[in-house]
Amino acid sequence: MVIHNADRRMQIYGALLLLPAAVLLGTFAYLPTVATLINSFFLPGFRGAPPEFVGLENYAMLVEDRTFWRVARNNLIYALGTIPTSIALALGMALFVNARLPGRGLVRMAYFTPTILPMIAAANIWMFFYAPQIGLFNKLLGALGMSGINWLGDPGVALTSVIAMTVWKEAGFFMIFYLAALQSIPPELEEASVLEGTSRWSFFWRVTFPLLMPTTLFVLINALINAVRVVDHLFILTKGGPNNATNLLLYYVYENAFSFFDRTYAATITVVILLVLAVVATLKFTVLDRRTHYQ
Amino acid sequence: MSPFPGHPGNEHAMHDDKHNHQRIRLEAVSKAWSGQTAVERISFEVAPGEFVILLGPSGCGKSTTLRMIAGLEQASAGRIHIGERDVTDLPPGDRGISMVFQSYALFPHLSVADNIVFGLRSRKVPRAERQERLTRVARLVDLEAYLARKPAQLSGGQRQRVALARAIISEHPICLMDEPLSNLDARLRGEMRREIKALQRRLGMTVIYVTHDQVEAMSMGDRVILMEAGCIVQDGTPGELYNRPATAFAASFIGSPAMNLVALSAAADGAVIDGEPHCSIASHEAKGHLLGVRPEDIAILPIEAPGVPGEVIDAEYLGADSIVRLKVGSQELRARIDGVPEVGAGSPCRLQWPPSAAHFFSTGDGQRLALQGYDLAAGPGRLAQKQSMHRNEARTSPTQAGNDSPGVNR
Repeated sequence: MVIHNADRRMQIYGALLLLPAAVLLGTFAYLPTVATLINSFFLPGFRGAPPEFVGLENYAMLVEDRTFWRVARNNLIYALGTIPTSIALALGMALFVNARLPGRGLVRMAYFTPTILPMIAAANIWMFFYAPQIGLFNKLLGALGMSGINWLGDPGVALTSVIAMTVWKEAGFFMIFYLAALQSIPPELEEASVLEGTSRWSFFWRVTFPLLMPTTLFVLINALINAVRVVDHLFILTKGGPNNATNLLLYYVYENAFSFFDRTYAATITVVILLVLAVVATLKFTVLDRRTHYQ
Repeated sequence: MSPFPGHPGNEHAMHDDKHNHQRIRLEAVSKAWSGQTAVERISFEVAPGEFVILLGPSGCGKSTTLRMIAGLEQASAGRIHIGERDVTDLPPGDRGISMVFQSYALFPHLSVADNIVFGLRSRKVPRAERQERLTRVARLVDLEAYLARKPAQLSGGQRQRVALARAIISEHPICLMDEPLSNLDARLRGEMRREIKALQRRLGMTVIYVTHDQVEAMSMGDRVILMEAGCIVQDGTPGELYNRPATAFAASFIGSPAMNLVALSAAADGAVIDGEPHCSIASHEAKGHLLGVRPEDIAILPIEAPGVPGEVIDAEYLGADSIVRLKVGSQELRARIDGVPEVGAGSPCRLQWPPSAAHFFSTGDGQRLALQGYDLAAGPGRLAQKQSMHRNEARTSPTQAGNDSPGVNR
């Protein structure tokens, strides 16, 4: 009986320790998620009228919404354009600055600088790079005798321009994770394989890359989340234009909620985004986790 | 640079046999990092099939020497030959050597089998042969049941075996081992010592083995190269290192407990242990230098016997034997005697050791001196005579006069 009581006390103690985190998560993550889901089944009530329950009508509307599909396709291109490139670049940079090279502290810092810049500031810098007349890129092209490109104004180029900036900003951030992981790999592993005549290329694919898999998985999930989380630099650079060429999902949600004041439609898109993200993340974890070695 | 005149390092006339491709030769090899010298002009030669130990305290340059032979470290000066080839500038993979690391350096994401055949895959050995060699080596090191496991699921000794298997399977004639047993517990270490030695004999491998553990050096090595501060101190068989240490450092490094090193001062009849003027232990040339006596060579006798007068400080009973601390003059000695000591703390006694057990080292550079000790078991008449003759000369001792307290003499 005494033991039973002590056991119970421990359980309460443990639950109390979890409580602050649980409250925060519940209030700011799960409650809004549920509220969003409920909202997506209503039409907004205008002029003080109560919201009207419409079931799945919002979802039906979404399927019909050509702008939504355009935005979703944009976002897919954006994700495919940014995730592999920034991860490959991050890994390359990490391998580079992990080697013995003079002034590597400086190089590491230089690579990391874009990450510590606030998104708005970074976007403003890139505005100057991309500006049609006075921009850096067009000045450089002009110096080479080529005509300038309207980097953000041409619907065919604008999304690529946004992707380039994102890669620039994210690669340094992911590099830090790779660098930390690389430094936890004991140098004897490379020595042992060098003694057997293993080439650097072969060592990378047979040892380094597999040992970096936990990091790659982590970075992959983060990159995916970041890819659907873009609002701020679209706000500065293009506002989703021209003609929705650079409009991405979350920005579309923002537009619906705060420009068109259609909160419930915004909630519907949010639910779809959440579902897609959950499915992709689960897939990634189940497929990649099996091949990942955790130390 | 070896202090040994008879050192084989520069004898080029030695290569004759058919195993010449296994002979390792270092010629005046140095390593310096930005002005800091780690290894200074060391030369030695390792014959095929030999088990050579690089022994020394940490920081003496033994691991650096090994890594230079492996090619993991570039020599700053000097040449390294393996057989007829000058390998000084060759990459590690082309030197035909395998290596066992202190940390084992196993690939944590690969199974035991994949770890073992890692090098064979790098060298594009066909799959069937790989499998065949794996089976053979796994049986040799007793790992057959663990081939599918990951290194994290193995015990320390098993991991050690995987590292060994990886070195053996490459079938390189030369294997370098960098403190391979230091991560194991004492019992396992003894077991693996015998196992490695047996494997080496059976496969006829040439092994260079780095350790700071004199027990490993003495029990495994055909030859021991003792290093200190980047230089070779002594290069010889374990027996030579034990019986004829080349320097005071070598004397103090080998043996447990270490060899007693005591200062000698002058007396009329010869050199005496500092502060103990009655019993001379060697001729006059030894004065001012160091006497080395192994604890196991000292016999503790009752006060009536001839020998060096001393006093027991304390005794440490270890089971099979005991370590007795003794005070002789101003010096302290340790003796290792069988069983339980019969003398209690504070009791006076006489010490004896055979003349051949007395080693003499220069106080300046620590080099061994070619001197003979007196026979301490000689008749008490001579001793008594000596005692009466030189009773008053204790205070004239030229060295360490401050420590010279006549009060302790009896």
